[in-house]
Amino acid sequence: MSVTGLVFDVQRFSLHDGPGIRTTVFLKGCPLSCRWCHNPEGMGTAPEILITPDRCIECGACVDACPHGLPSGVGSGWAAAKELCEACGLCADACPTGARRLVGHQVSVEGLVDQVMRDRVFYAESGGGVTFSGGEPLRQAEFVLSCLEALKGLEIHTAVDTCGLVERDDLLRAAAIADLFLYDIKHADPATHAEWSGAPNGRILENLAALAAVHDEIWVRVPVVPGVNDDAFNLRQTAALAASLPGVRRVSLLPYHELGAEKRERVGVSGAPFNGMSPGPDRMRDFAAIFEEAGLLTTIGG
Amino acid sequence: MTDRTERLRRHSLEAEPSISAERALLITAFYEQNLGRLSNPVLRARAFLDLCERKTLYHGDGELIVGERGPEPKAVPTFPELTCHSVEDLRILDSRPKTRYSVSGAAIADYERTVIPFWTGRSLRDRLFDALPAEWHDAYEAGVFTEFMEQRAPGHTVLDDKIYSKGMRDFQADIDAALAGLDFAEDPEAHDKSESLHAMRVSCDALIRFAERHADLAEERARQESDPDEKAVLEKISAACRHIPANAPRDFHEALQYYWFCHLGVITELNGWDAFNPGHLDQHLLPFYERGLADGSLTRDSAKELLEAFFVKFNNHTAPPKVGVTAAESGTYTDFANINIAGVLSDGADGSNEVSHILLEIVDEMHLLQPSTNVQVSKETPNDVLEHALRVIRKGFGFPSLFNAEAAVAEQLRQGKTIEDARAGGCSGCVEVGAFGKEAYILTGYFNLVKVLELALHDGFDPRTGRQLGPKTGAPERFETFDDLFTAFERQLRHFVDVKIRGNQIIARTYAREMPAPFLSVLIDDCIANGRDYNAGGARYNNRFIQAVGIGTITDSLAAIRKVVFEDGLLTLPDLVSAMQANYERHEALRQRLLHRTPKYGNDDDAADDLMRRVFDAAFECIDGRPTAIGGAHRLEMLPTTSHVYFGSVTGATADGRRAGLPVSEGISPVQGADRKGPTAVFRSAAKMDHIKTGGTLLNMKFTPSLIEGDEGIERLRHLVRGYFAMDGHHVQFNVVDADTLREAQADAGYSDYFCDLSDALQEEIIERTAHAAF
Repeated sequence: MSVTGLVFDVQRFSLHDGPGIRTTVFLKGCPLSCRWCHNPEGMGTAPEILITPDRCIECGACVDACPHGLPSGVGSGWAAAKELCEACGLCADACPTGARRLVGHQVSVEGLVDQVMRDRVFYAESGGGVTFSGGEPLRQAEFVLSCLEALKGLEIHTAVDTCGLVERDDLLRAAAIADLFLYDIKHADPATHAEWSGAPNGRILENLAALAAVHDEIWVRVPVVPGVNDDAFNLRQTAALAASLPGVRRVSLLPYHELGAEKRERVGVSGAPFNGMSPGPDRMRDFAAIFEEAGLLTTIGG
Repeated sequence: MTDRTERLRRHSLEAEPSISAERALLITAFYEQNLGRLSNPVLRARAFLDLCERKTLYHGDGELIVGERGPEPKAVPTFPELTCHSVEDLRILDSRPKTRYSVSGAAIADYERTVIPFWTGRSLRDRLFDALPAEWHDAYEAGVFTEFMEQRAPGHTVLDDKIYSKGMRDFQADIDAALAGLDFAEDPEAHDKSESLHAMRVSCDALIRFAERHADLAEERARQESDPDEKAVLEKISAACRHIPANAPRDFHEALQYYWFCHLGVITELNGWDAFNPGHLDQHLLPFYERGLADGSLTRDSAKELLEAFFVKFNNHTAPPKVGVTAAESGTYTDFANINIAGVLSDGADGSNEVSHILLEIVDEMHLLQPSTNVQVSKETPNDVLEHALRVIRKGFGFPSLFNAEAAVAEQLRQGKTIEDARAGGCSGCVEVGAFGKEAYILTGYFNLVKVLELALHDGFDPRTGRQLGPKTGAPERFETFDDLFTAFERQLRHFVDVKIRGNQIIARTYAREMPAPFLSVLIDDCIANGRDYNAGGARYNNRFIQAVGIGTITDSLAAIRKVVFEDGLLTLPDLVSAMQANYERHEALRQRLLHRTPKYGNDDDAADDLMRRVFDAAFECIDGRPTAIGGAHRLEMLPTTSHVYFGSVTGATADGRRAGLPVSEGISPVQGADRKGPTAVFRSAAKMDHIKTGGTLLNMKFTPSLIEGDEGIERLRHLVRGYFAMDGHHVQFNVVDADTLREAQADAGYSDYFCDLSDALQEEIIERTAHAAF
């Protein structure tokens, strides 16, 4: 039987995950737990229910559908019930408005390739392609590697967006196939990295060095999160690190945006809420200057 | 913009649309004297000559291109021989809040005393309505289809390059040759042909006379002008009007003035659909432009100023308003002249040139309501031309629209045209394709696909009018499978297409007989060679379109029915129909499920898109190739203009969750707000339709400004357009506005007059149209 992947979204017309018009495949499950995460529905490794309270018309269909008789709905009752939920998806099937949605579906390699090939004409026009993101795509390495192989055979440009906390072997196998790596560096300091993202950065940086030794198209991505990593010292260190690696072609600074906070609530991610502010365009330009001084091609957003 | 352009532009923008009764009075007096004394072609030609000799001329200060259809800018003449406004129509026009036309008390008195008494029962509209069968009237009143020719003459054509090498005297020589070639002994139609050709000859004289009067007026003004520069301008105008249109133009200025007289001639003779249109203006003007630059008589700037003056003339020509029930609601000043930019040459090479860029600059800078503009994009079109167009589009005025030149050629080849004629053709009006200068490609009416499904769900009975409109094709409880329902839909569709076509034949024959257009016939091949009028099938190619509306709504409705009734078995079809009849009152959960949990066209979802294709194929099979009464064939087109609002207002709640009375989807765009997978998915869904089998399709896309910022944004749009056109998409129009901006515009009438001219329902609909943002 062919390998399958747990995918939580396939986003067409993605413009910020590599060159051209792209389709981004979001794979579920991430080894980090960044408190500002803007794709919190990608953190967990199992399917789960995502709630959009504004859409709920309180029809009760979800309560009727639940095999465990959980008090569903979208209010406080659900918050307690979530612990018992097995994400069977029957409530989401029953929900007429889409207020309850099951995130995470098993997809075959062939199914995924068929899906992403729908926009091939736009890839061809724009020099675009397909990006695997998440979550952490290389946590489902066999699936992602099979997809990369299949797409390479179809002459589609591929990119892998990784947090770096992955098996070295998986990373290097992907490096032999994928055209581009988008590689996140959240913080240069191991302790601060661990504090905000749930793990130190040692393996992440070692993996980056190993990747940069064999792959020459790496874009380092830095999510700029005010109060976390936007101090000049850290940004200079990050820039120096990126500039020291031969395969790093550019740095993308991604301004933190508040969308994730609301999504974390909807997906019911536990832990302290993170309520940062988006850095304004002026500050982003200042940050970009730090990286440019280090001789790096730097873009803001994507 | 030069100071002169700025003055002309402001004057045009500030002029208030009004109704002029002058033409109505002249034509009425002429008919009173001559009706029954002349053959119809000669009657029409002599009436045209009479108008050209007697109408009030206008020559505004500082004008470079002269001539108005009415006595002054935006003073709109009427055409009572086609359709006669009632006193109530005129009062509504004068008082309605949107797209108002002021009507003087004197004009109303003239109508009451002279115009209405003569034309009541005689106007073509009255006579057509008498001749059309009851079943046609029933379907028309129920909103199954509309009829174009009850308000305006066929028209719907575009000029090619012929006037740039031939004057009216040359056309008269061609007419004389055709007359000399008539064989009165052997050809039973020779006498009819002779009358038609004589009428064409008279109409050439009429245009020459019209120009001479302008020459005299300019000469007189020059005599009185003290400013030497203005005097020179007036003398140039006078000299131009004496040379053209009798003779071929000698320079850039004369080429534009000559076209403009032809334009006025066509729209004075009759009120044809889409006014008239110079076609590939950049291609036609290039030789004059290059020659002028070479001999020093022209600079880039002076050429641009002349073109600006030319554009102002279009803006001065507000469309004549409709009559009858539509007077209270109908909403556009636009007359649909749509100038073509770029495209291909007759050998298939890139047709863009420096004049293309000048035209795009003018569109960008002048922001006029008219003329519309479009850019025809082929694989040969350089990126810089397309990107220039996209930068103009990005400003958010909705123009130019973009057409796929290769698709336009392929569509015409399928209809049997030569490749050279196809390439010299293009798109005009809204989106329709034709062979410029050689074809009558006539829109006959919008066709409400969604209403037909409603009838199929009610055994042919119309819940709104309470009439059995269609054949009895089975009540919903009789449909055991989805295919049973679809078969009933196909039978209803066939029936109403038959009713529509029967009406089209009556209307086509009536125009052919009663309302020839001899002047237009001079301009369109092969009316002279055939000795046959344009309205009688004299053109080289004749196509009549039926424009199907609501493909998005009907697709989503069928997809919803198939899913909830025939696949999931959530409820029976009769139960669904009764929820629809209740307009989903007390069925909100069901409505939400239909809205959110069923396949929707516009998301590249084959579960919906395959049904779109099935409906499209059914409509195509019913319509395409069926003969018209004046030769040529009927064709399918997918165009709504604003009819989707009207069609929605007469159609009950639909199975896609739409409530009764709200607009149906427009063109081939998805249902408003139903496309959730971004623009590439919309393009993919839309491209699953076989555009090449149509006479045109219309796709509207709304983008937020952030998506298309900077050079990257322009590149992105270019990739989307090229991608869609690589899949044989026919047309796309980008509307670049965010919903907030539109809401502000709606609240503040001063924000954008153009937007606020639209009815509230249409405004809401535009706001709902999904805005695509970057992900």
